[in-house]
Amino acid sequence: MFLVPDFKGHDIFPHHLNLPIMRYKELCFAISILLMVISLGLIFTKGFNLGVDFKGGSLIEVRAKSGEADISDMRSSLTALGLGSVQIQHIGTAGDVLIRVEQQEGEEEAQQVAAKKVLDTLGEGYELRRVEIVGPAVSGELRMTGLIAVFVACIAIWAYVWFRFEWQFSVGVLVGLGHDALITAGVFSLFQLQFDLGIVAAFLAMLGYSINDSIVVADRIRENMRKYKKMPLTELLNLSINETLSRTVLTGVTTVIVLLSLIIFGGEVIRNFVFCMLFGVLIGTYSSVFISSPLIEYLGIRRDAMDEEPAKAPAQTS
Amino acid sequence: MLHFERWKIVLILLTCFLGLLFALPNFFSAETRAKWPGFLPSRAMPLGLDLQGGAHLLLAIDQKDIRHDWLTNLREDARRSLRDAKIGFSAIGISGEALQVRLVKPEDTDAAYEALRKLVQPIGNQILGTTGDDIEVRRGAEPGVILLQPTAFGLRERLIHATSASIETINRRVNAMGTAESEVVQQGRDRILVQYPGLSDTQQLKDLIGQTAKLSFHAVHPTVTAEEAQTTRPPVGYKIYQSGEREDDAGYQSAYVLQEVPVVQGDDLVDSQPAFDSQTNAPIITFRFNQSGARKFGNFTKTHVGEPFAIVLDDKVISAPVIREAILGGSGQISGNFSVDSANNLAIQLRSGALPAKLTIVEERTVGPSLGADSIDAGLRASVVGLTAMAIITVYIYGTFGVYALIGLLVHGVLIAALMSAVGATLTLPGIAGFVLTIAMAVDANVLIYERVREEIRAGKTQVMAIETGFRRAFTTILDSQLTTLVAGLIMFWLGSGPIRGFAVTLSLGILTSVFAAVTVTRLLCAMWLKNAKAAKGRQVAIPI
Repeated sequence: MFLVPDFKGHDIFPHHLNLPIMRYKELCFAISILLMVISLGLIFTKGFNLGVDFKGGSLIEVRAKSGEADISDMRSSLTALGLGSVQIQHIGTAGDVLIRVEQQEGEEEAQQVAAKKVLDTLGEGYELRRVEIVGPAVSGELRMTGLIAVFVACIAIWAYVWFRFEWQFSVGVLVGLGHDALITAGVFSLFQLQFDLGIVAAFLAMLGYSINDSIVVADRIRENMRKYKKMPLTELLNLSINETLSRTVLTGVTTVIVLLSLIIFGGEVIRNFVFCMLFGVLIGTYSSVFISSPLIEYLGIRRDAMDEEPAKAPAQTS
Repeated sequence: MLHFERWKIVLILLTCFLGLLFALPNFFSAETRAKWPGFLPSRAMPLGLDLQGGAHLLLAIDQKDIRHDWLTNLREDARRSLRDAKIGFSAIGISGEALQVRLVKPEDTDAAYEALRKLVQPIGNQILGTTGDDIEVRRGAEPGVILLQPTAFGLRERLIHATSASIETINRRVNAMGTAESEVVQQGRDRILVQYPGLSDTQQLKDLIGQTAKLSFHAVHPTVTAEEAQTTRPPVGYKIYQSGEREDDAGYQSAYVLQEVPVVQGDDLVDSQPAFDSQTNAPIITFRFNQSGARKFGNFTKTHVGEPFAIVLDDKVISAPVIREAILGGSGQISGNFSVDSANNLAIQLRSGALPAKLTIVEERTVGPSLGADSIDAGLRASVVGLTAMAIITVYIYGTFGVYALIGLLVHGVLIAALMSAVGATLTLPGIAGFVLTIAMAVDANVLIYERVREEIRAGKTQVMAIETGFRRAFTTILDSQLTTLVAGLIMFWLGSGPIRGFAVTLSLGILTSVFAAVTVTRLLCAMWLKNAKAAKGRQVAIPI
């Protein structure tokens, strides 16, 4: 009565590799610190390309009914409206155009008036695909709640790890979180990718993934500490990372494949969103292997604290 | 660990079956589902506006408008109180956030204060014990000046009241527009969210809900013209009203001098319908008053035959016809250069009542139906391609057990759809991405287990022991890693809005189902395989992993 005929899988991952990861930790730390400094510099000098959600203003996506949009004509007629900075760009096909109008002086109504002017100027030849108009009051709130959401989520994740593991692990995880968030933010600043509400969600998801990775390694470290009581810490960390490496790589590969297909086939609307997750998965995998876990060595974990829980109970009864 | 009690197997299968049952409606059209027998679940996941297209408007009540309206009414009350108390005043005017009363004789201050104190009313909820005065009366810095100012508490109460009244009015207006499953809900204290699925042109919706639609009928000053009033000052009790946008037709005037207190107000309307003028065939609006409105209107028209009167909408004159004869039946019509659409809109607005205050659109998001459909297509295509690639890898690496992992994934997918349908959680575009991510995480659970099994086999454990340890050891890791993500998901749902929420919903539900699918279902399948293999081949089995 069997469901699937037996066929054997292929264990393609080379085991018994025992890569000397801990040996390169200084190099990795140096690279990461450099990247983080560059990211900070970028964020402070170039800043972010904030989307309508956070900066206010309007975003209008149209499709030319004729099949091809005349960008230069659009540009001249829309700039003539005197609405400040108007960005016009092709997306996807030749007929699809995305128009961004910066936040207008004045209050909520001014945004509505500006968007209406744009729509009237475009006229009948274009089909409206998407309109987003966010006034100054709401964009300010969204910016604030977005920041709070990321901050609170980080704290909660960190608290959970601290509760479940030793504090050294939670510090390692927290540093890894900050590392991933900062460098991803740096990439968004470098390429001036649009930062909107969806990106905040992607940011949180990517932090979740990164934590996932770190926890798998941390779990193994804890287990090995009980198993090999005499092994030097450096060696033990190295062993734990190596033992979980096949899982780290395999999961990373499957996730990346799914995200890649979302980037390629998922459409324009979620491209930035998925890009953020993709980059986050890559950097998160790197940080859990090369940053969070090696960091534990510096913090120095108390081995006896690990042994106590399972070992002490029988000792007391005897 | 690998032995499953019979009742557990039944429970697992039952869960899968129920999941399938509740997920089923998503694969059929609404028409097919309507024909289903009643005991079958027929609720499909609602699609977000980003997927099906539609309009999302966030409106805020204009607090300044509420305050201004209040102060204007208070001015009339103060005037009347002082007149009744026979106290002379030189001016009553709005200054900043208060009403300023200036008396002729400073020695009247105490008497005036007492008279005006009577305007203060306690408001609030007596049961909850949250009561307070609506306005504060105090003496000004100089003698002979008294200030009346709405309290913060009073303003808040008005705001709460105005919000709920606005929601009712908007609901009536939006419902009159069509049969779509629109939604009008309060957000925060003074915001109203209107969601209207399947709408491509929001302009009509905005026109419909954007207007206060405060209708009133006023007497026109018999002699003073607007030009004269502008250079001097309108006579006491009269005010200059601008004319609404109109093309040049006969009798066009850009402004009128009207009596400030209206003869009849829109509150007295009971019905209003769009119609056509029998002579000119132009769109008009017919209306009917209630009894008191009809009496007031009848009395006024009887005594003012041959004089013009003005129909004012939101402080703009829409027409000022001359009264030809007394209108006693309580019904009449408004003509004023309407288009068919605007006549229809106005009739709806009048019928559903005026908004208590001006509303401003603070956020607007519209997705055209074509973009929504494109997004679904793209999301589906990407999911199919990505998941197929992932399935091939999983089966290649883990063989038969890889297939079991995929069966677990399938269960996971079905259960998410079932949960979302049963709860009525909305599927959005970021939600699809969140779903895909949970698939990756569900695979991660299986990878953790299987890699552990391989490790145990390499360490020389027996096959049965290896599988058992693999599942047991990996479980704590899975729990830890999934729980942290769940923590993040719940916080996203709690604090987030829009896309963050949509993502958080699928992520959080997906984590719950992925643990069940990847751990329990897959383990059951592996255990069944082991039992069968041992029965067929004796004690020596090679795990196909």
